[in-house]
Amino acid sequence: MKGYKIIVLAKQVPDTRNVGKDAMKANGTVNRAALPAVFNPEDLKALEQALRIKDENPGTTVTLLTMGPGRAAEIIREGLYRGADDGILITDRKFAGSDTLATSYAISLAIKKLSPYDLILSGRQAIDGDTAQVGPQAAEKIGIPQITYCEEVVAITKKSIQIKRRLERGVETVEAPLPVLVTVHGSAPDCRSRNAKLLMKYKHAETVTERQDGTDDYLELHDARPYLNIHEWTVDDLNADEEWLGLSGSPTKVKKVTNVVFTAKESKVLGDKDDEIEELIQELLENHTIG
Amino acid sequence: MNNIIVYCEIEDGILADVSLELLTKGRKLADELKCELEAVVISNEVEGIEKVILPYGVDTLFLAQEERLYPYLTLPHTSILTKLLSDEKPQIALFGATSIGRDLAPRIASALRCGLTADCTSLEIGEHRDKKQKKDYKDLLLQIRPAFGGNIIATIINPETRPQMATVREGVMKKEIYAPNYKGKVNILDTSKYINEEDFIVKILERHIEKKKIDIKNSHIIVSGGYGVGSKENFELLFELADVLGGDVGGSRAAVDAGFIPHERQVGQTGITVRPHLYIACGISGAVQHRAGMEESAMIISINKDAEAPINNIADYAIIGDVGDVLPKMIKYYKKNAK
Repeated sequence: MKGYKIIVLAKQVPDTRNVGKDAMKANGTVNRAALPAVFNPEDLKALEQALRIKDENPGTTVTLLTMGPGRAAEIIREGLYRGADDGILITDRKFAGSDTLATSYAISLAIKKLSPYDLILSGRQAIDGDTAQVGPQAAEKIGIPQITYCEEVVAITKKSIQIKRRLERGVETVEAPLPVLVTVHGSAPDCRSRNAKLLMKYKHAETVTERQDGTDDYLELHDARPYLNIHEWTVDDLNADEEWLGLSGSPTKVKKVTNVVFTAKESKVLGDKDDEIEELIQELLENHTIG
Repeated sequence: MNNIIVYCEIEDGILADVSLELLTKGRKLADELKCELEAVVISNEVEGIEKVILPYGVDTLFLAQEERLYPYLTLPHTSILTKLLSDEKPQIALFGATSIGRDLAPRIASALRCGLTADCTSLEIGEHRDKKQKKDYKDLLLQIRPAFGGNIIATIINPETRPQMATVREGVMKKEIYAPNYKGKVNILDTSKYINEEDFIVKILERHIEKKKIDIKNSHIIVSGGYGVGSKENFELLFELADVLGGDVGGSRAAVDAGFIPHERQVGQTGITVRPHLYIACGISGAVQHRAGMEESAMIISINKDAEAPINNIADYAIIGDVGDVLPKMIKYYKKNAK
């Protein structure tokens, strides 16, 4: 067999990076509904690493795997436009309320269903929770090693992979046998943009649910072009033990959530004129803020 | 049984600051819960490590020492801790929210099928009532962390599973020796009972760790720049001001992403949290995740062309102007007025 079989784990997240004024409610808290849903940034970087391996190794396939509500199919399309070969959406009401442990259980079952594979790539963490837990937990459940904080795939052969890792205070290059789960750090290169040809090719890629809900009639198109089918897997498809899913499978519970309220304090507004700056500096010196 | 255990990180024979902070917090929690504090070190042999650890009020120090256990590798450290936690059954297990802790803790939590909360900024003991099940829980670990890009503060609990696991950010808790001559015992683990050859299938080929890291956390004055600074060259002005004031330079995520400044200096949700006496925000609009990392500064000065920038809402002084004009003036008048 030529090339590698790569699975990229991705998540659709609310864009918490750009909480502008429009997204703030009158009471100073964030209006989550006003935040756009995006492809988690580090997951996009993981996709890029997969696509680079595909560029170098003909025959490589890249499968996107995501879990979420029906609209999360958007990021699979986004991945197809950039060079992924197909995508699977794990979606079921029974997953609602899953913490990282329950999520990693569901993902590990989906990965097992996709075996054999050579490599699993994912972002280090998602910007809505910043936990960085699902990758290592899924690796443990599948029983393969993990390499976290990948900045670059240095080399890959049928037997092993070399990864440069970005650590807090330095870098490290490690070698692991395949298959392995690799999480990609924010310092890795950005993902390539959409490809115009692929955009045309996959414009009508949809899940079964989307097709049923849609008003457009592309049924014939989907029959003629099976690559336009985004697969949907439910609890039954995964043969999952429901005890380990959703709220019952989640040992962590949210006891309380407090909205961070940004209150305006009395602030002095100054211009950039010389006398204003000098006065400020003198004041700071007087009250020993600076010495 | 039912104790608190802290995983201690070692780099080059030196215990990480975050581990000492966790031991300090762990001792306080242990006193409150009337249980013992335990620590575990997994590394090559480090002479006299117990003399560093026990004074933090550690009752039992577990040592797993073997050449190949340093530098850190995920699998052998996971194997040792998974077995140790299964045997010792602590009620709480704490890790630093570091490159190592955030790699290790989730793998162990998955193996033990227990709850883990990442990046806590505060830990407390408290109770909980499950209204649905009409069940009361006492002496739970309340794990407090920012979430959703720092827009909310969540309190997480693990009512049913043990240990209650958490990773804690560096620098959010203080470190304090409990008793210089604290009498704790050292328990040396027979590593052959914990690890096997398969744990070493991942090999480290090369490793470069900076000896002295850039660490702006302890600076009393931080001059910080955002995307609005414009270029790496313009950041030189920030370094110049920081230099004359005796401070250090930080940056927002946008400035780091743009390559103006290295990640080690990033302030905010995904960077570090700072609380200096004075924080000068240059060309920073004040996105929520940035404010999460600096809003507790004693005094904030913002310099921004945009009078409407959100940072101005939390600034004590908002200078409306160009960073390139204002900073040279600040340097000039500081030099003129400082004695």
